[in-house]
Amino acid sequence: MTNGYQIVVCGSIVPDPLQTLEPVETPTGPALKNEMMLPAVLDPWAAHALYEAANLASKVAGSKVWLVSAGPKAKLQQVMMTIAQRVSFELVPVDSSASGFADAHATAALLADTIQSIAGLDRARMLVFGGWESASRGAGATMQLVGERLQILDQFQGVDQLTVQADGSLEVLERIEGGRHQVSVCQGPPALFGWATGNLPEPRNNPQVGMANMRTVMPALQKAKSVPLAAGGLHFLSATPPKQQRQTRVVKDLSPDQIAQELAEWIGK
Amino acid sequence: MSDASPEHVTIERQQMSIDIACVGFGPAMGGFLTTLNRSLLNEDGSVRLESAVSPGQPLQVVCYERADGLGFGVSGVVTRARGIRASFPDVDLTQVPMSVEVKKEELIYLLDPIRASRRSFTFKLADRVLRSLSFIFGVKHDAFELPYTPPFMQKHHGLVLSLGQFNQWVSDQVAASGMVQIWPGMPVAEPLIEGDAVTGVRLADQGTDLQGRPDAGFTPGMDLFAPLTVVGDGPVGAVGRNIDARLGMPEGHQHTEWALGMKMVVELRENSGLEPGTVLHTIGFPEPEIFGFLYVHPGNLASVGIFVPSWFRSPIRTGYRYLQHLMLHPYLWRYLEGATLKSWGAKSLQESGRHGEPFLAGNGYARIGEGSGSTNVLAGSGVDEAWTTGVQLAEAVIELAEQKRAFTRENLEATYVRRRRQSWVDDESKVAADSRNGFQKGVVTGMIGMAIAGMTGGRFALRARPNPKSSVLASLEEAYGSRIPPTELKQIQEECAAKGVSLHDRIMDRCGWPPIPMDGKLFISHQDALLMGGGVQAPPGYANHVCFPRQEICRACETKLCLEMCSGQAITRGEDGVPAFDREKCVYCGACLWNCQADANTDDKKGNIEFKAGAGGLHSTLN
Repeated sequence: MTNGYQIVVCGSIVPDPLQTLEPVETPTGPALKNEMMLPAVLDPWAAHALYEAANLASKVAGSKVWLVSAGPKAKLQQVMMTIAQRVSFELVPVDSSASGFADAHATAALLADTIQSIAGLDRARMLVFGGWESASRGAGATMQLVGERLQILDQFQGVDQLTVQADGSLEVLERIEGGRHQVSVCQGPPALFGWATGNLPEPRNNPQVGMANMRTVMPALQKAKSVPLAAGGLHFLSATPPKQQRQTRVVKDLSPDQIAQELAEWIGK
Repeated sequence: MSDASPEHVTIERQQMSIDIACVGFGPAMGGFLTTLNRSLLNEDGSVRLESAVSPGQPLQVVCYERADGLGFGVSGVVTRARGIRASFPDVDLTQVPMSVEVKKEELIYLLDPIRASRRSFTFKLADRVLRSLSFIFGVKHDAFELPYTPPFMQKHHGLVLSLGQFNQWVSDQVAASGMVQIWPGMPVAEPLIEGDAVTGVRLADQGTDLQGRPDAGFTPGMDLFAPLTVVGDGPVGAVGRNIDARLGMPEGHQHTEWALGMKMVVELRENSGLEPGTVLHTIGFPEPEIFGFLYVHPGNLASVGIFVPSWFRSPIRTGYRYLQHLMLHPYLWRYLEGATLKSWGAKSLQESGRHGEPFLAGNGYARIGEGSGSTNVLAGSGVDEAWTTGVQLAEAVIELAEQKRAFTRENLEATYVRRRRQSWVDDESKVAADSRNGFQKGVVTGMIGMAIAGMTGGRFALRARPNPKSSVLASLEEAYGSRIPPTELKQIQEECAAKGVSLHDRIMDRCGWPPIPMDGKLFISHQDALLMGGGVQAPPGYANHVCFPRQEICRACETKLCLEMCSGQAITRGEDGVPAFDREKCVYCGACLWNCQADANTDDKKGNIEFKAGAGGLHSTLN
């Protein structure tokens, strides 16, 4: 790889899961209560995809990372203030919905169209990264659909490790059942990788990286196009959120066995 | 790096030069950056305030905040919002989430319905008189609504705010311009000082173990050099305190008065009877010294909280359980029954006011906000004052930058300090200066002192200066000896020490405080509040920010107030008598810092808690 990779990361943003997330019905369909009040973060799979992309780019000279992210502009801005000081990337923002109630097909179409619009992107050097289960309510569908729309045949999901071999081929570890990995090798770009959690630690905050990123991030955000999902034609008629399961009870002097027994009974209900 | 092992780390500390380094993002920094941001460019887009480090570019302004997000601040805010409104003359600030105009304001004396609080003779007498003459005074729900709120307390036509939502909104406005960078999750370890000048700041080391030793991924904190460092890191911020320690405080000024503010944001039941904009101030319960509040936001949300002051003599001073008892008081419970906890948080308040004011400016630095002594201790108002000091500094910086004058002490005093001295913030600070003197002698004396100062515009006040710290706190025996026999007290102490827990629950149970009816909804355990209400986080790779450097002092300390007062139960009894610290529970309230008694009880008068810069903390934007 003489000219380096062009790595496009699909960065799915979600409300900070540490906040109280409460599904509600609104006149326009299901939503999270006060979603715009909640801080946003990259979902954990997408975050690891970004860190892996930056790590790969740092090892292969001439590589570049784009971060394609769709969401309300204000929320994208908040997320950038956190992640833009960790790794270098060029942001390609789309002012759109990032609700947990977005549809995987509509989201994939938006992401694929945006990736295709990146000027200077060379398909022969392109690797598409994203979160394995991102933007799909855990179904793992969106990145596959992005790959299909981009006509990328080499797709890997649940990726924990990507290694560039001496001959330029890519060795990929994908998660399979039983806590094991499937080892595959593909010749090289173009390829798509839906990342699980990988093995890299979260990068340290680096003010110099932040300063450099922000020179391009904020202008990109200011120019972000507003694109409704499915041209505004996406409507959920209903949604059934999972029942809240948390219960608090103060107990004293219970043995670990008794606590385990109670937990097992509670889970079984 | 010459060797990958942590023992052989030789990573060079990076350096960067900018024009203005800002420490801490709160209302004061919000005011500063909002004002400065609008003046960096001319209307035609050309540079108005040119950078010295990047010629041709506007001033390079970078702000670092410890918390993981810019909306994770904590405060129970009802404010007159004079300064804030002046900054946004064309904006309807009630559009900021959770904000609403103050519609109704009441001051309520809460009687003790369970007769467990530590009431003086005066308070017991007041309760008795009010109960027996309830038909005259209109006492209902064990409470007396005072017919009058003193003018100095009134916030009529002001705003009820969520500080978290307000900070988030302000930061969104500022950052959207792309002219100013604000970075959360980046603690500032200390100021860089050369001689009497602050030359910048050093960021906290990353990739360390809990003792601060290099570990995997070690990255020394960067040195940022700047002609001006703006210090707005609050009352317990590492940079502000470091400057105070190294460059000194004005003669006679010291931080003697503190309070812990603890609050919950709750979702009220439908038809609770409370209208948005309602502001209730309470006195008298759960202890006479503990003031409470309930502010009603839009969207059926309310903030309810308490203030535990440093002059509260009891060594049993946990905020969490007292806050729960406040909510259970019949006067508030009729509103709060059926409510659900949404968020929780705590912070220290620097309540020395003018007497705790540091040097506001020096060579290369300026102080704004609560850490600069801006809080009005008579009005109980800090956010608007903090915001305004930030605006004043920004105006001064604009003036100096336009005239290409350096950020020296003389120039900053002639611009920033002059503006502040000529403003309502300073005028009202003078009125409030001695208003709290009386509280060292008791609640009633304190309230009389506040009334005298408030009603006379500060011309008269109780002149008693605060007593030495050592005489303020009562021993456990002094505080509870009349209610619990000494042998039993000793037994409780020993049992709690053996179990490694604080005393407050046992003592309060013994004194007749009823158990909290845990329902998993509004009333949850203190530990669950960290998870469900605060989402407390401690990113890995940072050192412990609370340390006990002289362990022999902690071993000899009987009160261990740091442990009793810890808002997140992050400080517990260690095995050898030295408190243990768990940074994953710390909410950065800083109460341990001012509750440590070592400065009063040791020969060198130094406290024994190091409260350093750290990352993380509360993770809720509703506070």
